[in-house]
Amino acid sequence: MEAYISLFIKAVFVENLALAFFLGMCTFLAVSKKISTAIGLGIAVMVVQTITVPVNNVIYHTLLKEDALSWMGITGVDLSFLSLLSCIGMIAALVQILEMVLDKYFPALFHALGVFLPLITVNCAILGGSLFMIERDYDFTESVIYGVGSGFGWALAITVMAGVREKLKYSDIPAGLQGLGITFISAGLMSLGFMAFSGIQL
Amino acid sequence: MSAVIDKETKKVLIDPLVNNNPITLQVLGICSALAVTSQMSTSLIMALALTSVTACSSAAISSIRNHIPGSIRIIVQMTIIASLVIVVDQILKAFAYEISKQLSVFVGLIITNCIVMGRAEAYAMKNPPLASFLDGIGNGAGYSLILIIVAFFRELFGSGKLLGIDILPLQQDGGWYVPNGLMLLPPSAFFIIGIIIWVFREWKPEQQEEPDFKILDIAHGEGGHH
Repeated sequence: MEAYISLFIKAVFVENLALAFFLGMCTFLAVSKKISTAIGLGIAVMVVQTITVPVNNVIYHTLLKEDALSWMGITGVDLSFLSLLSCIGMIAALVQILEMVLDKYFPALFHALGVFLPLITVNCAILGGSLFMIERDYDFTESVIYGVGSGFGWALAITVMAGVREKLKYSDIPAGLQGLGITFISAGLMSLGFMAFSGIQL
Repeated sequence: MSAVIDKETKKVLIDPLVNNNPITLQVLGICSALAVTSQMSTSLIMALALTSVTACSSAAISSIRNHIPGSIRIIVQMTIIASLVIVVDQILKAFAYEISKQLSVFVGLIITNCIVMGRAEAYAMKNPPLASFLDGIGNGAGYSLILIIVAFFRELFGSGKLLGIDILPLQQDGGWYVPNGLMLLPPSAFFIIGIIIWVFREWKPEQQEEPDFKILDIAHGEGGHH
């Protein structure tokens, strides 16, 4: 149990996808102008991440890993080079299915999150989460915890960033730094803040 | 005729370097790249990998652009890009295993790198293969330029080396330079890119963004009416 809590805290704070690995930066910078939209996108990322990481984990362990096909009587086959293609295909398909399910059964939620879902297919944070899961060889339970944690960490980072930017627009900033430049520097300062968690031992 | 082609070719190749840089102006492709810039060698390999994937995918997508149904174009583009990235990943694993270990997941993340998708959508779907290929190379070069500038400062000041060769002798090895540990950590990449954007936009003022709110200059009477 303790190991799982430690994994969760690590995924949220120490190895924050946005601020320590720069994943999902394009949407992170583009959609962080208002807190309400940032929260919407953050929740959408968290939901998709929670689903895709475990699903990719199952696919990797039952189909792609070296000798994973032995349950079908085929041995000595290593399909792990296909993991990139299968991960991105799975993410694109799941996002599409999620969009349709939300549209049919939860219209209110669809209206809140719908515009963000297509953005998520090409969000590196989602693919990055799945690839990190493969690289670190997480088992199924770990992958669920990692999916929730890393999604939550990303959502937290973009919400905080949007809060900073809402205040920042009233500041007197040099013309060349206006907009993107100052956003990078504030993201750097936030990332510095998150570095403080890296000393935590659990 | 040839002068026209040359001018167009030149524009496609040179424009993305400063005038329409994918990172500092189009805000594309920041995602997977910044984490690899703590060393020159990894960023050179990453820049090379991304440039070749962008160029090849643009050329491939452009050559079948008239046969792709609009509704499934994203999936088609994604499949082409993912296949090219798998090729690059396997080549790196075969010939540069150490560096491919250091790059870890970031080679795979070229798939979702917005530059590749962005150029496929914005340019390759509308232009012939050769022009798209050059556009891919140009944008890859714009991305590489930023990556190499960032890596230059991070490796030089963070570990006193460039491409693994000692430039500033470190104090712990009997030299004089005390390395700046911050340069090896993620925040420094944000700061350096912020500063690069600042320099670019002071140099090219037309790239500057309009502020949402202006501070009123009361001394000149503009803000006096409320």
